[in-house]
Amino acid sequence: MVATLEMPETTSPTIVNQPEQVPKAEIERAMIEIEQLDFAYGAHQVLHGVNLNIPARAVTAFIGPSGCGKTTLLRCLNRMNDLIDSARITQGAIRIEGVDINAPGVDVVDLRRRVGMVFQKSNPFPKSIYDNVAYGLRIAGITKRSLIDEAVEKSLRSAALWEEVKDRLHVSGYGLSGGQQQRLCIARALAVEPEIVLMDEPCSALDPIATAKVEELIRQLKEQYTIVIVTHNMQQAGRCSDHTAFFYLGRLIEFDQTAKIFSNPAQRQTEEYITGRFG
Amino acid sequence: MIAIAFKSRRTRRTERVIFWLLRLATYFILACATYIFLDIGIKGSRTVFTSTPPFINLPFLTEPPQTLYVFDYDGKKMTLSDRQFREWKSAHAGVDVEATSVAYSAGGIWPCIVGTALLVIGSMALALGIGISSAIYLSEYSRNGRWIRLVRIAILNLAGVPSIVFGLFGFGLFVIFFGWNVSLIAGWFTLGLMVLPAIITASEESLRAVPQGLREGSLALGASKWQTIRKNVLPYALPGILTSSILGIARVAGETAPIMFTAAYAMKDEMPWQVAKFTDFFFQGVMALPYHIYVVSSKIPQNEYTERVQYGSAFVFLFLVMLIALTSIVLRERSRSRLSW
Ligand SMILES: Nc1ncnc2c1ncn2[C@@H]1O[C@H](COP(=O)(O)OP(=O)(O)OP(=O)(O)O)[C@@H](O)[C@H]1O
Ligand SMILES: [Mg+2]
Repeated sequence: MVATLEMPETTSPTIVNQPEQVPKAEIERAMIEIEQLDFAYGAHQVLHGVNLNIPARAVTAFIGPSGCGKTTLLRCLNRMNDLIDSARITQGAIRIEGVDINAPGVDVVDLRRRVGMVFQKSNPFPKSIYDNVAYGLRIAGITKRSLIDEAVEKSLRSAALWEEVKDRLHVSGYGLSGGQQQRLCIARALAVEPEIVLMDEPCSALDPIATAKVEELIRQLKEQYTIVIVTHNMQQAGRCSDHTAFFYLGRLIEFDQTAKIFSNPAQRQTEEYITGRFG
Repeated sequence: MIAIAFKSRRTRRTERVIFWLLRLATYFILACATYIFLDIGIKGSRTVFTSTPPFINLPFLTEPPQTLYVFDYDGKKMTLSDRQFREWKSAHAGVDVEATSVAYSAGGIWPCIVGTALLVIGSMALALGIGISSAIYLSEYSRNGRWIRLVRIAILNLAGVPSIVFGLFGFGLFVIFFGWNVSLIAGWFTLGLMVLPAIITASEESLRAVPQGLREGSLALGASKWQTIRKNVLPYALPGILTSSILGIARVAGETAPIMFTAAYAMKDEMPWQVAKFTDFFFQGVMALPYHIYVVSSKIPQNEYTERVQYGSAFVFLFLVMLIALTSIVLRERSRSRLSW
């Protein structure tokens, strides 16, 4: 069990040990604290000294060029990198609600139930649409049919998929289009009501209409959840995130209010990236 | 120009020669296979089928082997089974005939069919249980280190061990050391060990074929490792595992060497279920089809009367193995379509 520690309403300074030139964002309450994090796949170091406080009940966007380590950092937050043999956090710590998630006593299964994830490569299970969404609930030990039915419908509605699939809930999730599969994976993650939702490019295969729906969903979700979203779409980051972190070559270059990042970034690299001059 | 034309003509000729060599090699295999199947099919069906209804020689399938007695009487050549001969003698009291006896050449092969079925079921259950478990351990739990590499090398080497060596090993360990004598259970363990490497390798392959995304997706929803394997990995690997165990079944059913010292009797009068107490079931030897074929082909003097049971047994044996393979394929297709990969 991850013990829940009471966090003070305001944490400051908000970015711990951040080098002087990186401006500090005003964060009301940090849900996730990443401190001086180094991460390597074998000998290949991918993250370098990342310091970041991710606020509770808000949307934080990770942006940056391909290969800069966004997915890697995201997968550190629910310890998904444990599955990769050579992968190691070589230095630093990650705390969620004040608890070091890599400490020996931490129950990783419980951690992952609380920290949901939508993967970059959508991965529906070869089960029916219904069973896909119900999977996490059944794992959690819920057996009451009416409860599961209700949660399935609610999650599919949230993911803007209900109308398209309500008549074929019991056909395979593999029969859906790429974009529908992506929304199915979102619905599946929401069904277990995690506290934190990590979304790795959740709209990469979606058309503008579905994208708008998912963005709307993200805005609603932040009432209750802490959300981290990786995106290559600058407009999307602008539209639906409260804070934005810009990564480049495994380093956090800048982290601030989204409005600030997009209107008046402190770093030249950030500005060049968001205006499309590199990356 | 001319040089190029010459060269291309030569290339073309090489091309044709190679083509024909490859083609002939393939046809050679086809010819051999056809010959074997036809030979066994034709000669075997003389034993297994009859020209009168029900067209199947039921006694051959349902009776135990008996000794055949051949003698001349009243200018006629008589061929009678053990039981018939005794009846005949009591009917013709006082008549003294000089009968030649041919072992196992009358009656049928029912105990051999039963014995082989028991050996296959037990050893496959054992091999699948242990094999799938260790495949899960190797591919899902263990981290690749020196120790695991050693285990893999051991498994690979085990796969290369000749079956007669398994037979000797089983004899030494199970029959002598454990004191199980020549018994079903000794045969199960010996045959099970023999197919274990194949099953582990195939199971691991099937497990690896399950996309990593399914594991990650399940774990990310708060499933434990074992829940993930049981609900989201194993069901999708099982069809592949079953397919590959087809080969295992054929091998277990077909090998003579591993059972000849550990489980097989040349002749046994009781059927396997005719035991005094339940535990005796596991500690009894059984007759088996491949061993029976071996016995009737090389352990008894050959003459015109032995061919009947030799080819009959081979025919039934071939048919059964093909039936098993077919069942597994059907099973696999079923589970495939249910999964709708
Ligand atoms: N499983 C892995 N093993 C080894 N190296 C990896 C692995 N996954 C990622 N990397 C390396 O880590 C670096 C960061 O990868 P990551 O997937 O985190 O990038 P990203 O920012 O998510 O990129 P993208 O925007 O293209 O998804 C890359 O150089 C990549 O080659
Ligand atoms: Mg990525």
